[in-house]
Amino acid sequence: MIATLQRHGWEIARLTFEHLWLTVIAMLFAILVGIPLGVLLTRRRRWARPVIGFANVIQTVPSLALFGLLLPVPWLGENAARLAIVALIAYALLPILRNTYAGIDSVSPELRRVADAMGMTGWQRLRMVELPIAGSIILAGVRTATVICVGVATIAAAIGAGGLGELIFRGVASVDNGLVLAGAIPAALLALTADAGLGWIEKKLAVRQG
Amino acid sequence: MPTAGVEFAKVSYSPEGGHLVLRDISLALAAGTTTALLGRSGSGKTTLLRMVNGLVQPTAGEVRVEGHVVTSMRAPKDLVRLRRDIGYVIQETGLFPHMTIERNTALALELAEKPHSERESRARELIGWVGLDFDGLRNRFPWQLSGGQKQRVGLARALALDPSVLLMDEPFGALDPLTRSEMQTMLKKLLQRLSKTVLLVTHDLEEALYLADRVLILAEGQVVADLPSAEVSRSANPHVRDYLSVVRHKSER
Repeated sequence: MIATLQRHGWEIARLTFEHLWLTVIAMLFAILVGIPLGVLLTRRRRWARPVIGFANVIQTVPSLALFGLLLPVPWLGENAARLAIVALIAYALLPILRNTYAGIDSVSPELRRVADAMGMTGWQRLRMVELPIAGSIILAGVRTATVICVGVATIAAAIGAGGLGELIFRGVASVDNGLVLAGAIPAALLALTADAGLGWIEKKLAVRQG
Repeated sequence: MPTAGVEFAKVSYSPEGGHLVLRDISLALAAGTTTALLGRSGSGKTTLLRMVNGLVQPTAGEVRVEGHVVTSMRAPKDLVRLRRDIGYVIQETGLFPHMTIERNTALALELAEKPHSERESRARELIGWVGLDFDGLRNRFPWQLSGGQKQRVGLARALALDPSVLLMDEPFGALDPLTRSEMQTMLKKLLQRLSKTVLLVTHDLEEALYLADRVLILAEGQVVADLPSAEVSRSANPHVRDYLSVVRHKSER
């Protein structure tokens, strides 16, 4: 183990950074798309079922298969990192979308009515009432999505997008368990750290009702 | 004839595909008076009340508040302006759980973009009016307050912009009898001082008689009794007698 660390120390650091970069970029886009889309669905309820259903379907496609399926797509297939990020966004979208929808939906009709009756505009109601109350539920979705992303990003190495998966795939191919662990342990630590960190923020955002 | 604060002209309402909840109601509520609206659950009281601030639009007829036709307001900014001149108090208090008592109380001023100093001094004044200690409560959240305290804050908040109309939908329905009686006393004093056009939905005739100048009873979407509070005890109207017998029953038990 120590020997592996000595031999691959820099590589582990570089790949961890790459892994993190893939995840963060994908999460940023997923949040930028997922939260507004989730809010929009609470305003256009008829679309909620099909859209969330579609995101659900994407979630069921095995990640290796999704990477493979996206490979022949013109613009995407040219760049492995680009393709990996798009696939990660697709996986991250469902939890964010679903939780945003459920979170806003959990705001009681009374509170919504009071907001309207006070003369809030639709935008003020969203910003001052619905989003703050739904905040911790939305963040729980972001947290789930982040953990999924960190996990799926290891598979991105299969199409040459880099990340810690590279060590794991190489380790498997050369039957070197040390190398597998050199990729798997940092990946697990990343996931745990993200989970704990976002969990902490989630608690801070929680609104006590009643 | 005093000027009408709120007017309903031939107002009917039926939800999409549903039966008629309100039929052809015409009423004028004199400015500065308190009107109690009684009736069984489902009689359309709350629906009628919500038409005043445009939360519900009637299927037919017109609602006017101080001469402004609510039912023809289509632009959101007109409704916003109307609603800022109408206080709204509900049974569940509707305090925003993520805001402090101070922010909840002065929220209408925040929406009207008043400076912070003005919001604070107004919140202090309002919380004082409803008999609470501002410095002790200002930084607390709704869950840290008792039901009665929350209801007081809900009332204070509704008065923030000094609206000319106050809508109260069973404001004390969820309170224990002692707290309820305290709240009624407080509200009565406040209303005597402030002179607002009040529409109060309640199930309780005693509350109606104590607080209101005029009593209306709604049954099956129609006004079946409409009389000054002072005449209620002598009324021969069967719907009024029904309510009176309940009151008498309670006192005999």
